[in-house]
Amino acid sequence: MYNPQLDADGNLKHLLTIEGLPKRILNQILDTAETFVGVAERDIKKVPLLRGKTVCNIFFENSTRTRTTFEIAAKRLSADVINLNVGTSSQSKGETILDTVDNLIAMHADMFVVRHAQSGAAHFIAQHVPDNISVINAGDGRHAHPTQGLLDVFTIRRYKPDMHNLRVALVGDVLHSRVARSEIHALTTLGVPEVRVIAPKTLLPTGIEKMGVQVFHDLKAGLKDVDVIMMLRLQNERMSGAMLPSAQEYFKTFGLTQDKLKLAKADAIVMHPGPMNRGVEIDSSVADGSQSVILPQVTYGIAVRMAVMALLGGGQSAGAAAGGLLGSSSPSSLQAVGGGSMPAQGNNA
Amino acid sequence: MKIHIKNGHVIDPKNNINAKQDVYIAAGKIVGIGSKPADFAANQTIDAAGLTVSPGFVDLSARLREPGSEYSATLVSELHAAAAGGVTSLACTPDTQPVLDEPGLVEMLKHRAKQINLAHVYPLGALTRQLNGKLLTEMCKLTEAGCVGFSQADSAITDTQVLWRACEYAATFGYTLFLRAEDEYLAKNGVAHDGEMASRLGLKGIPAAAEGLAIASILRIALETSTKVHLCRLSTAEGVALVRNAKKQGIQVTADVSAQHLHLTDFDIGYFNTHANLKPPLRTMRDKEALSAGLKDGTIDAVCSDHTPVNDDAKLLPFAEAEAGATGLELLLPLALKWANQHKLSVSDAISRITAQPAAILGIAGGHLGIGSDADIAIFDPDQVWTVTPGQLTSQGKNTPFLGIEMMGKVQYTLLHGQITYQARH
Repeated sequence: MYNPQLDADGNLKHLLTIEGLPKRILNQILDTAETFVGVAERDIKKVPLLRGKTVCNIFFENSTRTRTTFEIAAKRLSADVINLNVGTSSQSKGETILDTVDNLIAMHADMFVVRHAQSGAAHFIAQHVPDNISVINAGDGRHAHPTQGLLDVFTIRRYKPDMHNLRVALVGDVLHSRVARSEIHALTTLGVPEVRVIAPKTLLPTGIEKMGVQVFHDLKAGLKDVDVIMMLRLQNERMSGAMLPSAQEYFKTFGLTQDKLKLAKADAIVMHPGPMNRGVEIDSSVADGSQSVILPQVTYGIAVRMAVMALLGGGQSAGAAAGGLLGSSSPSSLQAVGGGSMPAQGNNA
Repeated sequence: MKIHIKNGHVIDPKNNINAKQDVYIAAGKIVGIGSKPADFAANQTIDAAGLTVSPGFVDLSARLREPGSEYSATLVSELHAAAAGGVTSLACTPDTQPVLDEPGLVEMLKHRAKQINLAHVYPLGALTRQLNGKLLTEMCKLTEAGCVGFSQADSAITDTQVLWRACEYAATFGYTLFLRAEDEYLAKNGVAHDGEMASRLGLKGIPAAAEGLAIASILRIALETSTKVHLCRLSTAEGVALVRNAKKQGIQVTADVSAQHLHLTDFDIGYFNTHANLKPPLRTMRDKEALSAGLKDGTIDAVCSDHTPVNDDAKLLPFAEAEAGATGLELLLPLALKWANQHKLSVSDAISRITAQPAAILGIAGGHLGIGSDADIAIFDPDQVWTVTPGQLTSQGKNTPFLGIEMMGKVQYTLLHGQITYQARH
């Protein structure tokens, strides 16, 4: 089937979903991101790759964190950034998505970063923009959040470089989670041999096993001997009702506590896409504990988003250009930017 | 006006005609097939060499969008589409704005359709006021005004007490209920079949069980109340099995499938193609095959177009926000032929599912070429290959998941009571 994300030469044209992207592209993004990790630590946190380009953050659904990280990423690439919270402006006046997008096209934007509450919105916009504009999906409904999926595997790769020898567990509300879907596709594409999802039956989509994951309904069984635990956010409105009886019961059955964490491998890392519900899906002592890499995820999120924008906006040579500009990253630098709280490979129990 | 259709191959499943014969029409009626009536002198001759002459098609479900949705389509535009598709009789659903729940509205619609004079329009009246699922409409008055049955369109009656009484009341007068079976709660906000595809695309699913549960309740109530029920647009293997079983038990039930569901699955949604946003949702390959087999073995009686012209703007939206439905009047014939071809059935087998069988369900006179009946005729080239493009479609709605797909079989002439209402451009 034709892939709307790739151009005729097989290069990335839009980033809409991880599904269907070849491993080659994922690695290209991750490798490019490596070269950007160091930028944030310099005095002058800017590279001129997108100088003169205009990046438009179009958020049909409110978000502070994701929008901010995209904004920082674009600014570090020297792009001009325009933030549009459409949720609070034209849509409420009855303007259609296409009208909004057409107006921004007329203003000569070069790249759209789009978030929308409906699955498929980013695909829809990508189908309607002219050839010179790239679309980055910053989250569409339950469908995809590809930069989050990428930053998560980037984080994993930093701590656990051998992706072919990992056991990863996703815990929580997979049904409503675009993050979970993107993580699953990223992990399976990169060759992670065992991806587990752990959730009550009410929070799992039909046929999830066909995405190449093993399904567990018991947190303890699911966490046994895993290398990576990826917690998912539980939306407030789903904490009580027909999906779940209460937040307390959810924490008791699927919340990650120190005791349960001990079932995983001793050097397992704990991730969360944020924002966290402490005491609902994760205990504070785990979230702030030594195995948590939740804040490094945020840091790496900027490098990964820079990489995606650089590849889309600066041409496919951007990675190489950035590498040349910054000095190529050596394997030893992997250890250097570890996030600080993580002990070296070893027993921390 | 006397018309002589010569050299055509006549297929009339109801009267068991499947042979090269001439058709003679006078004063809007069929006066002879095969043998020329005495003193017949044609005013006009149609040379149908290489073409098939069939009863005009009967469509069990077409939305004409009037009143209320004229931005999407009008009675005039869609009755022209019907003529272009060879459809001479069609049942229209009551989900207009306002809803067809008052005799005056039905009379108006019948009157307008008669003025336009491109197809016989048979309204299905609303079963409940405003389709609210609570209060019954004046079914007797609506029938006098021209309704041939009663329907809830895409709204369900969730209150089983109301459904029971609606059945009893309709059965009192022998009216047929046209119901699309879908459990409202399980279907709530759903836009795709609840399966692998919806899960991957992050679309809210409607489980197959939503249809099965609703069919089970409807059939049980129909049995208790001896009501004639027609199940509209089956979409699941489970639904087909339930209907097959009900027919064996002697329940008075008939069923149809849309031409879209006969050929497409949820995988045709592809990358959020809003033309594949349909009600009921497209389901799995297994469901599609069960529908196809059910149509073959008689469990499903008819194919309908489920014609729903939608304006472009209402499709240019993210999948779940797009209006559901596909234009279909002009694809009914080629999609029925394609089905017959897949099963190695005859053209006659395809034609019966879009003529005599739906006519029997509606209880109308059309759908065959018996001597003395109205000369409602479709003359088509069964072998003509054409590609579905917006320009090829007469309907104001250009929305169909078959855009860009090749079809085989195209109508050349349509006659409504002996008047040519459509002639293909050459």
